[in-house]
Order: sequence, then C-alpha cells, then structure tokens
Amino acid sequence: MDRPTPVSSMTSRPFRPWQKLATAGMVAASVIAVLTTLGIVAALAGEAIAFFRMVPLTEFLFGTRWEPQIAMRADQVAGQGSFGVLPVLYGTLVISLIAMAVAVPVGLFSAIYLTQYASPRTRAAVKPSLEILAGIPTVVYGFFAVLAVAPVIRDLGEALGIPSSPNSALAAGVVMGIMIVPFVSSMSDDALAAVPQALRDASLALGATRAETVWQVLLPAALPGIAGGVLLALSRAIGETMIVVMAAGLIAKVTPNPFDAVTTVTVQIVTLLTGDSAFDNPKTLAAFALGLLLFLITLGLNLIALHMVRRRRETY
Amino acid sequence: MDQTATISTAQFGATDEPGQQPAIALNRGRSRHAADRRLRLAGLAAVGLALWFLVLLFSSLVVTGYSAFTQVTVRIEADLSSLAGKREQEIRDANWRAILRDALRGLAPDLPKRDERAFFALFTPSAHYLLRDAVLADPSMLRDGATFHIPLADTADRFAKGEIERSLPEDQRRLTDVQISHLDRLETAGRLERSFNTGLFLNSDSRFPELAGLKGAIVGSFWLLAVCFALSFPIGVAAAVWLEEFAPRSRFATLVEININNLAAVPSVVFGLLGLAVLLGWFGLPRSTPLAGGIVLALMTMPTIIIVSRAALKQVPAAIMEGALALGATKHQAILHHKLPLAMPSILTGAIIGLAQALGETAPLLLIGMNAFIAGDPGGLLDPATALPTQIYIWADSPERGFLARTAAAILVLIGFLVLMNGLAVFLRQRLAKRW
Repeated sequence: MDRPTPVSSMTSRPFRPWQKLATAGMVAASVIAVLTTLGIVAALAGEAIAFFRMVPLTEFLFGTRWEPQIAMRADQVAGQGSFGVLPVLYGTLVISLIAMAVAVPVGLFSAIYLTQYASPRTRAAVKPSLEILAGIPTVVYGFFAVLAVAPVIRDLGEALGIPSSPNSALAAGVVMGIMIVPFVSSMSDDALAAVPQALRDASLALGATRAETVWQVLLPAALPGIAGGVLLALSRAIGETMIVVMAAGLIAKVTPNPFDAVTTVTVQIVTLLTGDSAFDNPKTLAAFALGLLLFLITLGLNLIALHMVRRRRETY
Repeated sequence: MDQTATISTAQFGATDEPGQQPAIALNRGRSRHAADRRLRLAGLAAVGLALWFLVLLFSSLVVTGYSAFTQVTVRIEADLSSLAGKREQEIRDANWRAILRDALRGLAPDLPKRDERAFFALFTPSAHYLLRDAVLADPSMLRDGATFHIPLADTADRFAKGEIERSLPEDQRRLTDVQISHLDRLETAGRLERSFNTGLFLNSDSRFPELAGLKGAIVGSFWLLAVCFALSFPIGVAAAVWLEEFAPRSRFATLVEININNLAAVPSVVFGLLGLAVLLGWFGLPRSTPLAGGIVLALMTMPTIIIVSRAALKQVPAAIMEGALALGATKHQAILHHKLPLAMPSILTGAIIGLAQALGETAPLLLIGMNAFIAGDPGGLLDPATALPTQIYIWADSPERGFLARTAAAILVLIGFLVLMNGLAVFLRQRLAKRW
C-alpha cells in the first residue's frame, strides 16, 4: 500500500458521458426489434381475445361457414356459425399449393440448370434476371394476374367445359408461383452449392453422368436445405396479400374445381378492414383473429424451415 | 455415398450375358446420356419459362400502358372579354361553364341544339375548372385573349388514339357516329393534338381518367419513404452496431437476434394489422397519413437494415479497429470514426434496397387507410395521402376503361423509380464500397 496511486489521467481514459448515452441508445434501438414482435403479438392477441368473447374459439376453428358480411347487419347476432375459418383456410391452401406446384419445379430445375449446366456467363446473366421477379411489387403481379392471366385461364376452363370464374384460384396461384420462383431457385442454388465439391467429383469420377450426380448425390445431400427453402416459400405464399386481393375471390367456398374462385386469409383481412373500421364489431375483430392465425402459421413454418436449413449446415 | 455405389452396380451389372454386354453397355450409355440431356432440357425449360413470364409481364404492361403517356387535347379559343378588369374573386366566381360552352360551340358553328350534349361529352367534364385555374394563374390572358388545350374525355381520347375500332357497330362502342364525325372534323381542322401527358405527373387523382395523375401519390410515397428512412436507418444501424460490437453473449442478445430474423419473415399484412391496432388504435395517430404508414414501413425495413449493416461491419478488417484502439481511441471512437465510415457505403446500399422494397409495399398501407380517394396532393406528414402502390390498386379497381391504361402507366412509373433506386444501390456498391 506504500506505492503511490497512479495519476488517473495517465492510465484510465477520460470519462465520456456521450459514450454511455450512445450505448444506451444502441441498446434501446435493439429493444425496438423486440418491442415490434411484442407489439404484433399484443395487438393481434388483444383484438382476437375480444373477438373470441363474441364468437367461441371452437366455432372459429372448426366452423365450416365463413359469412362475416351477414353478421354485420344489426338484426343478426354474431357467432351464428358464420365465422368458421375452415373454408378460408381451404382457399388459402389451394392457392398456395397451386403456387408451389409452379414455383418448386421451375425454381428447382432452374437452380439445377444454373449450378450444373450453365456456363458462368449464362449464369451471370440469368441469375440477376430471375432476381428481378423477386423485386417486382406484389401489386404489379396482382394487376398482371387480372389483366393477362385470369382471362386466359377462364377461356381455357370454358374450352374444357369446366365452370370457370373470372377470378379463379388457378390465376392467382400461378402468378403467385411465378413470384416465388426466384425465392425457391436461390434457396436451392445455395443448398446445391453447399454440397461439398468432393462428393460431386467422386460421383463424376465413378462415371456417373451429371444427371445421375444430380439425382443420386446432390439432391439427397441438399434435400434438407431445399425443403427448408420450400417451406419458407410456402410461408411466403400463405402470407402473400396483394395478388390474391386483386385476383382471387371474396366468397369462402370449398370447391375442388381450381377454375372456381376461392378466398384466402389475407383477402379476408383486407376486405374486413378496408373502409370504416370500428373496433367493437365482430366483423372488424375477426380480421385480427385471422391475422393471429396467419402469424402463427407463418411463424411455425419459418421456425421449422430455419431449423432444417441450420441442420443441413451442421452436416458438413 | 452408398447410393452412388448402387448406381454403378445397377448400370454396369449386366455381366451375366457376356456376348451382349457391349451392346447393352452402349444402349445403357445412350439412355443414360439421354437422361442427362433431358435434365438439361428441363432446366433450360424452367429458366426459359421464368424469363418468358418476366418478358410477358413487362410487355403486357408496356402494351397496356404506353398510350396513357400521351393525351389528345383540343385547342380552343375562349372569349374572356366579359371578365376584363374584374377582381380576382369575381373572376373565380364567373360562369366558366358558359364561357367554356361558348368556346366549344365555336369549334362547331353549325351544331344543332339537340347534338350539343353529345358534342360536349367529347371533352373532359371539368374543363371549365381548367380554364378558370389557367386564367387565375396567368391574368394577362384576360387582355390578350387565350388559347387553351382541353383534354378529350376518356372515350374520345381512346378513339383519337385509334384504340376504338371505327368499324365496330355503333351500339358496341361508346361513341355515336355523330360524335365520331365531330372528332373527324376537329381532326381535319387541325384542332386535335396528341402530346406527352404531363397531367399524369402534374395532376393528382381524379374521378375522370383523362385528368387523373400521380402527383399526389408520388408526393405521398416521398413522405412515406422519408419517415421510413428517418426511423429505420438510425435505429437499424444503432442496433446493428450494438449487436455486432457491444452485445455480450447474453440471453437478451440472442432474443434480439431471433426476433430480427423472424420479423423479416412476418407477412406484410400483419404489419398492417399492427399499425392499425397500435398506431391508429392505441396511440391515436391520424388515419391515411404518411406518418402512420411510414412508421409501419420503417418497422418492416428495420430487419433488412440491421442484417445488411451487420454484414457490412463484419467485412471491415480487424486491423482498422485494432489500429485505432492502439492509438488510444476508445471503442466508441474507433467505431464511430473508423469502422462505421468504412462500412457506410455497404450499409447505404442495403438501406436503399430496403427502401425500394418499402416503396412497393401495398398491403400494410391498405389497412392504414392509404387507399382513400384524395384529389389534392398531401402537404405534409399529417395530411391524408395515397402512395404509388395504393394508387395503382385504386386505379386497378376503377371500372372506367381509361384507368386500365393509367394503371399500367402508373406501374411503369413505379418500376422506373425502383430501377433508379436499385441502380443507385449498384452504383454505390461498385464505386464506393471498399473491397478488402
């Protein structure tokens, strides 16, 4: 203890209050990300609980009729079986599956072509062009669906003798599929590129053709990554709004005919909430219950997908 | 690996018939290479299909929208002598409808009274306001007499552009034979002019397609992006710096990280619900305003900015930080003076791409109510406004035929802005971004 205490300015840095303030500011900025999620959950859950006070949860989840407009009438009591979400989910599923039926083969085969067959120059030209599809606003796809795709599909349906609606599930689904193609192709591209070169070389050295290498070696190895990408794409299709708002139907119908019109969760949210919205009727609140459902479905898909993609990374 | 092994035995395992082996191997080889070609062809077809759709999308937009970039107007001379020497208020209240009608009658002097309605219907219904506003803006017209260019009404405009077939039977087109003969006469008299449609950019929305323009939507989108950038950029960069440089390996930091990744995948319409319930409902922000819409877009853009900023900070070599720290800078100083400026071009590139996404975002704005009909342009953050994508949605929903071309034209304008922003981002990346 007999040593002189060091002069503080020599060893420790001068006290700077702005640095503490800056750190606090940065922490606060990070908290906002958490608050946003909390805000989403609180807003959706809060309004959804108010909705479930008027309409029982079981009726919402298992009801088979979705007719929210009727419940708006003053003489109608809410919760008479007109808020059953199943037909809306059915429509969402149909359109999303049509979209995936377009996006998965086109995206996957594009990725195979670009990683295995295309020359570097072709790849450099084609890849950014595919990315353009992802950069186009969805409202543009919606207009394109109504303008160019829906009439063709209706004519096709009528030529086949199938009753067809001008806003068919096929038109919305096909256009949505095109929108998702770059998403699937870039995820598959990453997954294929992540397969170790040694595996590919070994397969080719054994005399397998490129196609055999793709089918027997690359795809099995890249499968978790590709499946994760497909799930992310599916989650995006389910949450996609503008294409279906403009090109799909408004009435919840359960029909096996893809040329007929069906509605989706996002379409119902937008239709229920555009125009005047007071927060006290089941019609408005139903949108939040749908929003909560949508949030949970997409969150679940995303978590599964991220898990799959991560597991793929750990393998190598 | 054992799958590969099974192929090789499967492909070359036909050894039990020695005599035929070469032929089989040849056949096998041929069919195996055919399978290779098939896969290549399938890949080519997939790429071709995607690109074909891209071309189809753009060409159908251009074919539908190009005609909205021009507008046919008719040149008229109005007699304003009755207004000479009047005060501004009197001019404002003058009977402009009568002045316009007199001017229009001057175009067809021998017009029978019963045909007048059909004749006037060829011109935009609010032409008299155009006359009034032009005179109020330039009172010298009162002295010198004035020539005006009045837009044709939607149907007449499309006829003059050749979009309505003359050969159609009269009951199948919106114009009568008499109206067509009037248009022909105006044409031969050199009264009709087809010129660049400045109104598309200088007018705000209107119920009449020939007067509807994008000014209000462009101004609204500008305010939206301004709010979005002002909030998401500083918050996003600050959060990224904290996560990348300061965050201890704590549960909280992990929570923030998981949150950001999940937020990036939340459907946009859910953000709209958040804005509706929290911003409009709980905080009472005014509906349909760029402030509310901008905050929602900022929350959506923030994850993108955080992710790209962290990547940019990671790329700055550790030597930069170490050098600064060795010379006595505090950690805050080293980051603020050295690391952040070096990462900034990449951060800005990412921010611009994030803003470009925000510019095209429609669904959350619909829920905030930015799809109302607004005839003026918004003066600020708290004025009701539309944005480019919601204006496209409104026009796409309008029944008038003339809005079809306008919608496609508005989309081309929106895509033009997106191309500009992405071009700027590419420029920044190539010119300013440092490669280590």
